[in-house]
Amino acid sequence: MPDNLRGLLELALAVPEESQDQNKPDTLSAIGRLGKLTVETWAGFLAFLKFTGQTVLSLIRFFTGRARFRSADFWMTLQQCGVQALPIVSLISFLIGLIFAFVGNVQLTHFGANIFVADLVGIAMVREMGVVMTSIIMSGRTGAAFAAHIGSMKANEEIDALRTFGFDPFDFLVLPRLIALVLMMPLLTVYSNVVGIFGGMVVGSFVGIPVQLYWNETIAAVDLTTASLGVFKSVFFGAAIAISGCMMGMKAGNSSAEVGEATTRAVVTAITAVIVLDSAFAVIFTLLDI
Amino acid sequence: MAAKITVHGLTMSYGTLEVMHDLEFEILDKDIFVIMGGSGCGKSTLLRHLVGLMEPTKGSILYGDKDFTATDPADRGPFIRRFGVMYQSGALWSSLTLGENISMPLEEAGIVSAKTVKDLVSYKLSLVGLSGFEDYYPSQISGGMKKRAGLARALALDPDILFLDEPGAGLDPLSSRRLDDLILRLRDSQGCTVVIVTHELASIFGIANTALFLDTATRTQGAVGNPADLRDHSDNPAVRLFLNRGETPAKTS
Repeated sequence: MPDNLRGLLELALAVPEESQDQNKPDTLSAIGRLGKLTVETWAGFLAFLKFTGQTVLSLIRFFTGRARFRSADFWMTLQQCGVQALPIVSLISFLIGLIFAFVGNVQLTHFGANIFVADLVGIAMVREMGVVMTSIIMSGRTGAAFAAHIGSMKANEEIDALRTFGFDPFDFLVLPRLIALVLMMPLLTVYSNVVGIFGGMVVGSFVGIPVQLYWNETIAAVDLTTASLGVFKSVFFGAAIAISGCMMGMKAGNSSAEVGEATTRAVVTAITAVIVLDSAFAVIFTLLDI
Repeated sequence: MAAKITVHGLTMSYGTLEVMHDLEFEILDKDIFVIMGGSGCGKSTLLRHLVGLMEPTKGSILYGDKDFTATDPADRGPFIRRFGVMYQSGALWSSLTLGENISMPLEEAGIVSAKTVKDLVSYKLSLVGLSGFEDYYPSQISGGMKKRAGLARALALDPDILFLDEPGAGLDPLSSRRLDDLILRLRDSQGCTVVIVTHELASIFGIANTALFLDTATRTQGAVGNPADLRDHSDNPAVRLFLNRGETPAKTS
């Protein structure tokens, strides 16, 4: 062998090969993988519950004046998940109202009952669609932002730095985001309801329902109880989104790829949590006959 | 002299993967103590254990005569208040300016006068050669500057024990030298104990009183002692090899 190649070969063999026991790929059967997935999903659910519990403890510290965070952080988050979310919430809610009215009108016209488009849009928006669509928008927008921000802080050792300066990262990062989103969600929901009803009204006026008539019909159909159901749910959905986003951020690994994964998981978890909670509320409201 | 930090039978692991076992050493008051070893041997992990970011699998860490590891993490405030920690990447809070990065711990410590906070911030930044950078965000400055700003933040509360994770890595030789001088001067003027994780031989021989060598092969400490002594007289060939940059001079006794 030529000398120059032998030199390189010696270099390559100078350090013994690392045994890869730690990083062996899974060689599980289909059933094994299913079992592993089940165990992991259950562990994920337990972790969500645990994080929620920690959030409650942190809130107790906040209300007893023992939790500290920067007020600037809180106001900034309030702006990000409030005012800055208005354009996208407006667009989606308007279109949802529009679509509902269109679809409803096509069916109801057969019965000469197209005035009930107002009832359909009004009730659907305030009871379900306003709050659910807002929650899904906020999951993708704010939940993802929380996860990405906290995740990169973790990857950059910023959370460790908070700890070694005696700040509780939970109080410092999760609390302002949770409180801001829980405060803003009801407002966004009310706004979304109004914009959605306006969308329906626009379609209504095109298909020959006068605006005044549409408005009166909506007011008659949507009572205060129905209207407050959506707003009531929005508080819980907001908390679920904030907890999912912050939890995935806090649990992110230390590389940029893992921050990306954490963001994806945050959005998936937030949307799942919102839909599961909404189903639970649907059952509860039916049982309570509201 | 009294031991400031005593590490007794410390075993560290990530899950089931053992990083180092049975570490046994003392760090004396006002010492400049270097933790050295090859890349990935667990130097930074040891530092994370010392400041309470990770819990040991076995063994204990004592500050003075108080057991740090036996104290509940929630009650470690009195220990942590004496620490200043500088992270490998600087770990500056990226949404805050350099000034705010330093003022936040100051305000947390109860310094309320805005004038005092401002003066202290300028003073700490000037110590590391960053005067006038108060309003810059971490993303606007270079890697070396981030490191120095991280040191300024670690110094914010005049720590009793300063932990530095690879302070010289990625710095040019002059900046690295200036940083070493700064560390020496801080020790002499403020009387703090300094624990440094590094593998820069120039720094190790330049400023360290005591050095601890972590041996990757045996997963435990290779030697502890004065770096120059270890280089020339250590019984452990791995230590002599490391401190001589891979040259293997005969052991001088």
